[in-house]
Formats: sequence, C-alpha cells, structure tokens
Amino acid sequence: MTTILERVKTTLGPEMAGPGLAFVAVVLVFGIASPQFLSAATFGSVAFQLPELGLLTLAMLLPILTGGLNLAITFTANVAGLTVAWVLKANGGVDAGVGIFIVGCLLALLVGGASGVVMGLVIAFTRAHPILVSLSMMIFLRGLGEFLTRGGDISGFPAFVGPIGHGSIAGIPVPLIVFIVCVFAWHVLLGRTKLGFNTYMIGSNLEATRYSGINTRKAIVLVYTLSGVMCAIAGIIMLARFNSVRIGHGESYLLITVLACFLGGVNPFGGFGRVIPVFVALVVLQLLSSGLNLIGANQHLATAVWGILLVGVMILRWVASRIKISIVRRGS
Amino acid sequence: MHQATSATVGEKPLLSLRNINMTFGGVKALKNVSFEVRPGEVHCLAGENGCGKSTLIKVITGVYRPGDGAVIEYDGETYSHMSPVTAQDRGIQVIWQDLALFPEMSVAENIAFHEVVGRRPRLVDYGRMRRIAIDALARLGITLDVDLPLKEYAIAQRQIVAIARALVGEAKLVFMDEPTASLTQSETDHLLNIVRNLSASGVAVVFVSHRLAEVLEISSRITVLRDGALVGVYPAAGMTQSRITELMTGKTFDQHVRARPKGDQPVVLEVRGLTRPGQFEDISLTVRRGETVGITGLLGAGRTELALALFGMLKPASGTISIEGKEIRFGSNRDAIKAGVAYLSEDRLSLGLIQPQPIADNLVIASLRKILSGGLLSEDRKRSLVSRWIADLGVRIGRQADAISTLSGGNQQRVAIAKWLATDPKILILDCPTVGVDVGARAGIFDIVAKLAESGLAIVLISDEVPEVYFNADRVLHMAQGRIVGTYDPRQTRLEEIEAAVYA
Repeated sequence: MTTILERVKTTLGPEMAGPGLAFVAVVLVFGIASPQFLSAATFGSVAFQLPELGLLTLAMLLPILTGGLNLAITFTANVAGLTVAWVLKANGGVDAGVGIFIVGCLLALLVGGASGVVMGLVIAFTRAHPILVSLSMMIFLRGLGEFLTRGGDISGFPAFVGPIGHGSIAGIPVPLIVFIVCVFAWHVLLGRTKLGFNTYMIGSNLEATRYSGINTRKAIVLVYTLSGVMCAIAGIIMLARFNSVRIGHGESYLLITVLACFLGGVNPFGGFGRVIPVFVALVVLQLLSSGLNLIGANQHLATAVWGILLVGVMILRWVASRIKISIVRRGS
Repeated sequence: MHQATSATVGEKPLLSLRNINMTFGGVKALKNVSFEVRPGEVHCLAGENGCGKSTLIKVITGVYRPGDGAVIEYDGETYSHMSPVTAQDRGIQVIWQDLALFPEMSVAENIAFHEVVGRRPRLVDYGRMRRIAIDALARLGITLDVDLPLKEYAIAQRQIVAIARALVGEAKLVFMDEPTASLTQSETDHLLNIVRNLSASGVAVVFVSHRLAEVLEISSRITVLRDGALVGVYPAAGMTQSRITELMTGKTFDQHVRARPKGDQPVVLEVRGLTRPGQFEDISLTVRRGETVGITGLLGAGRTELALALFGMLKPASGTISIEGKEIRFGSNRDAIKAGVAYLSEDRLSLGLIQPQPIADNLVIASLRKILSGGLLSEDRKRSLVSRWIADLGVRIGRQADAISTLSGGNQQRVAIAKWLATDPKILILDCPTVGVDVGARAGIFDIVAKLAESGLAIVLISDEVPEVYFNADRVLHMAQGRIVGTYDPRQTRLEEIEAAVYA
C-alpha cells in the first residue's frame, strides 16, 4: 500500500499537491452547490474551452522552465492563424481544398517556429532578458498583424475547418484530442529527452550547465522554437473554433498562462515544474469558471475568482513548507 | 613566530562561559562547552564545519539562548544568557564571513550608520558620519575615500571597512569569522597586522579560520571544538598544523610525499608555448599517464585561466595543445570533453554543480549519452549509473533525488568528481578540489585522486595551498603572473623551499 503511494508520489512529484487539492476542492464545492455541475454538459464545455488556454500554457511552460518567459505567445498564435487564413483566401477561400489547408498549417507552424528561433537566438547570444526580447517580439507581431489586417477579422473558411474546432471523434472533442497529444509530447520531451533535461538544468544555473559541456545556446534556441510551434498549433485551433482570425484573439490569456504554470507548481525562477500538474491546474481553472457560470455568477467574476484561487494556493504552499520544516526539525 | 601577548597569564578573563548547552530539534549542537577570552588576546576558535563554532559565537552575541545552567561572565557581570542589544552595547562585535555590508552605500555610511541612525533629531548628519568613519579607519592605519560607494573597493578593503564598523561601537571583543578566506597572501598579512594592532590596543579578538598556518601565527591560544564538545584549550606556542588537525578531527593523518617517477609512461597531455596575453604566457608542460602534476601559485597567477584554456572555454592566442600526440583546437568545452578532458571547477557553488537540482542529475549531466535507451533518457540506467559511482567514490547520500545542496562539501566534491569520471576522461583537471571541504574530508578526496592516478588517469592538480600539491603531486609547477617560474620534485625539495618561493 505504502509502496504504491510512494510510487504515485514520485511519478507525480511534489508539484502535484497544490493543483490536486484544488481539483478536489472545486469538484466538491460545486458538486454540492449545483446538482448540474457533475454532468456531461459541464465536462463537455470544459473539454472545448480547455485546449486554447492549455496549448498556449504549454507554449509558455518551456521558456519559464529555463528561467525565461515568452510574452509573444498570443500574437505568435494569431499570426500563425493569419498565415493559414491567407493561404486559404489566396487559394479559393470557402472552396479551398484540404491539401491547401494542410499546406497552410505547415506554413503556420513554420511561422510560429520562426518567431521562436529569432527570440531564442537573441536571448542565447546577447544574453538579453527574455522578458524584453519576447516583449519586443510581441509588439512587433501585434503591429505587423494590425497593419496587415487593418485590425479586422478574417473569416470565410471552407466548411471542413469548423469540425477541427467544434467536432468530436468518438465523443471526444477534436481540440481536446490535439491538446492531450501535445501534453503527452511535452511530458515525454521534458521527462525523457536530453533537451528536456537541459531545460531544467539551464533554468537552475545556466553557467554551471555550460561548464558541464551542454550546448546551452542550442538548447535555448530549441526551447523558444518549440514554444513558437506550440503557439502555432494553438493559433490553428483558435481559427477553427472562432471560424475567423483576428490579431487580438485570446489576448487576455497571456498572463493566465503564466499563472496556470505557477498554479501547477512551476518554479517562477525556472528549473522545476512538470507538465501533468500544469494540466490539472488548467482543468481546475476551467472547472471553476464553468461552475461559477452554472450557479449564475457573472463571467467577469470568474476571472476574479481565478486570481483569488492563485493567491490562496501561494499562501497554502507557504503554510505547507512551514509545516514541513517544523516536521523535519522535530524528526531529527 | 609572532606572539600577541598583551594578555598575561592569570589575568581575570574578559569573557568566561561555563555549562553552555544548546539543542536544536533533538540534536545537541553544544555539549557542556566552556570558553574563555582574556582582555586583548588573540584567541583562535578551531574546529571542522558543524562542530559548533558558529553556534557558540551566536550564544555569546545573544542570537541563541543557551540551555539552563549556563553561566556567561563578561566584563564583571554575570548573565544566564545574552541578548543582541546587550552584547552590542557592551562592546561585543562580530564580523561575519559575508561581512553584511551595503555595497551601494558609501564607505562612511557603511562604517558609521549605526552611530548616526536612530538618534534624534531624525536627520542624518553626514559630516559627523564622515568624521566617525575617518577616525575609525585611522585607528587601523588605513586611508580610504570614505565618500566612494563600497562596491568600488575590492574584498580586502571591504573587510577593513567591516572591521572599522566594529570599532566604531567601542568594541572590547571582536569575533572574526573566516576573515582571510577570500584574501591573497599580502592582503592576509596586512589583515593580520591590523589584528595585532587591535590586540595591542586592548581589544580581544576571537579568530575563526580554516587556514591553520595563520592561526598559529596570529593567536596566543587555541580552543578546539569537535562535535559540539570542547576538546581543549592550547597555547599556540609549540603547536603544529598537523596536531591541530588531529585535535579537530580526532583522527591522525600521516602526510607523506606521494610523488613517484612516471618518466616511462606515455605522454597524454602536451602543451607548448600556450599564451593568452594578460592571463598566461608561454606555458609548456607535459602530463603522462598516471601522473599527477601540481600547479600552485597565488590567486591571480593565471592558474584557472590556463585550466579553462585546456578545457576549451578560453581560446589561447598562440601555442598548441596535444592529446596523445594529436594536436587539438577546441571550439568549446564540448570538444575538450570529447577529446577526454575533464575540469572540476574551483567554484563548486555556482559553476561546478547545479545546487538546487538532484544529486543524480548533477552526476549524469556530462554523460547523458550513457543513459540513453532508444533515443530517450532511461530512469533505470540513470539510477544504476549513479548508484555505481556513489558506491565507487564512497559518497554518503540520502536519496538520489535530493538536491545536491543537501550534501556536505566533501560529499558534493565526490559527486562532482564522479560526474567527470563518468565521461571517461583521459585528463582530469582539479581546480582547488578542497575549497569548502572539511579538513577531515580532504584526505579522502586525495585518496580518490591517488587511486585515479594509479588507474592511469593523467591529473592536473591546481591549489593555492602549497602543501596540497607538495604531498599529492608527482611534480609541482609554480605559476606567477601568468608564467611557470619553477618546477620542483617533492622528493628532492623541502616543502618550506617551495612555500618560500610561492609566498615571496
């Protein structure tokens, strides 16, 4: 019994405690407050809303683990979305074929990756602060997007694009499938690849990592590139869900992704954090807003409650660490 | 030998402690310790890390409250415990190793702010501040520009500022925690002179230092602690370094010269005329299979820069590096590691190991390809690789997933050595491998080094402590101002000769 518990604990890591508890609390509170909460409808709405924020959070996670940040995620996503839109528009609009769409998506991934490569190169070689570099990229992409679209929406896509945002396969929403595949990919990347290993090490101490013979520049460029590619995936999903692209879509997600990482136990200074707890944290945030919606609370209030939840988790974590210290003291 | 003896035997002590017990969560940090300081004496407090030195100082300065039955007699009064305010008011000052100064503030502010701040009217009198600072520095025979921000000064001068600040409070008893740890020899000599002057002017100084040579030079008496208990109080006259080490660790060390001729072995590393202007010039040396070549010299002699060039992290302007007869140019340290060079950094805290990360990850970081399985990192391979090295080098750890920072200096250094051995190096460069390692654990590190050399590894051993290279290397090179200025064979040279040349 204890060994099973021990194993679960080591697989999930200490980061799991916060989001795990929050998950249980949210399910209990709303389960009692509203009989409709524990229903397929709630989970359906969560399943459709989760992927956008989730994919962007995955894009934010890698740079944070290296001790950096990528503030350009939402605009990278939308510029990638615009790429798909233009490819479709230029090749028949509503009548464009599946092949054209796939080409557009590949180009979008390339554009997302390119945004990451540029940021990664600047950060790795000039040692400029990631906040400044990605802020510059964010402003550049926003300006570029607004200039090219005149600030408006681009819409009118072929009919087969819609199901990517709204459809289900075997009862599971397509965006959720995409998101879960990406979560799995990130989980393997961080836990089992050299790049993942180096990401954590760089986040704790870049110089010591370099002294150990790790090509830290290459790792940083790759991290931001993958972050950009993940943004592009989010951009494509957003395009399909809204059936339109606008450069400002999902702007409010930017800081929520950072907070979702912290709620998932990611160290704000880098070096520590796992994908699965972040995934659970995202589920908690969505359940919370769906639950509040159900009991008739204002949508804007949900955002405020997210803020309170995060502060609460920080305080609980502090209390837990105090208790741990006093237990260790007494034990020794 | 200097003897600071303004204190005469039989004089009433300035500070006298009896029955000092201190317990932290079940661990007895101090066991019935007594301690005595006479007015104006220089007294050394010696012991390994964790022996209770700092705890004792904190009891005397009122940070900790000792267990029942404690008696603290200081300057004619008896206390059952001190408080920080009383300690300070009555002239007890501590200069901690980190100095606790404000780098952005001026020298005058750093020295005098305690005196000036907190008085009424609540206005800062900068003129008075400057006068206090200049006076305090004058007492030490030093002139500094008191208006400059402290960060403009090097660590040696900051040390002096910290001492000056202690003197402003009319100190009678000053504790100095490892004051020479980051000073060069000439700076250390200067500091020791200041300590002598303080003592002559009636201020008692309690000196905590790892460097036993200067302990013997400066102090009149030595109190040795081990595992929280008093071992004894000894007059410095007639003491030797090895005797103090024995008392501190409770073990006997017979240091003998390990040098053996290795002339018949093939050359592994050959350096010819290696130059990087301003850092090292015209360095030529060879290291053979199984040979340990020691490089010693003062801080700033270019030792670490040379090592970094051999490790591919600094590009030499001219000269060649050959490994097993093949000339190699390194684009980065990755090339050097591939060619079989390993470099143990002198700065274990910020360059050698990644302190917050797990022991296991620190050990495998330089040899990740060994734990790959089908292109992915394997937890099982990692665990077994780490277990093997932990056992091989006798590292004492809790769990592999614990942060490396939870280990003692000696155990950390073993992990750092294992990290490099896991890369299958031909040449191992050890840059000051005993920095921050307890005296008792140092011998263990050198036993490992000797075994590695025996197994055929070519070793470059860098240290600013001449005895370390003298006893553990086959040949000793003396570096000064970027050049190799002397080569010695420990079997034919006395330690004192080399020391005289290095510290001249």
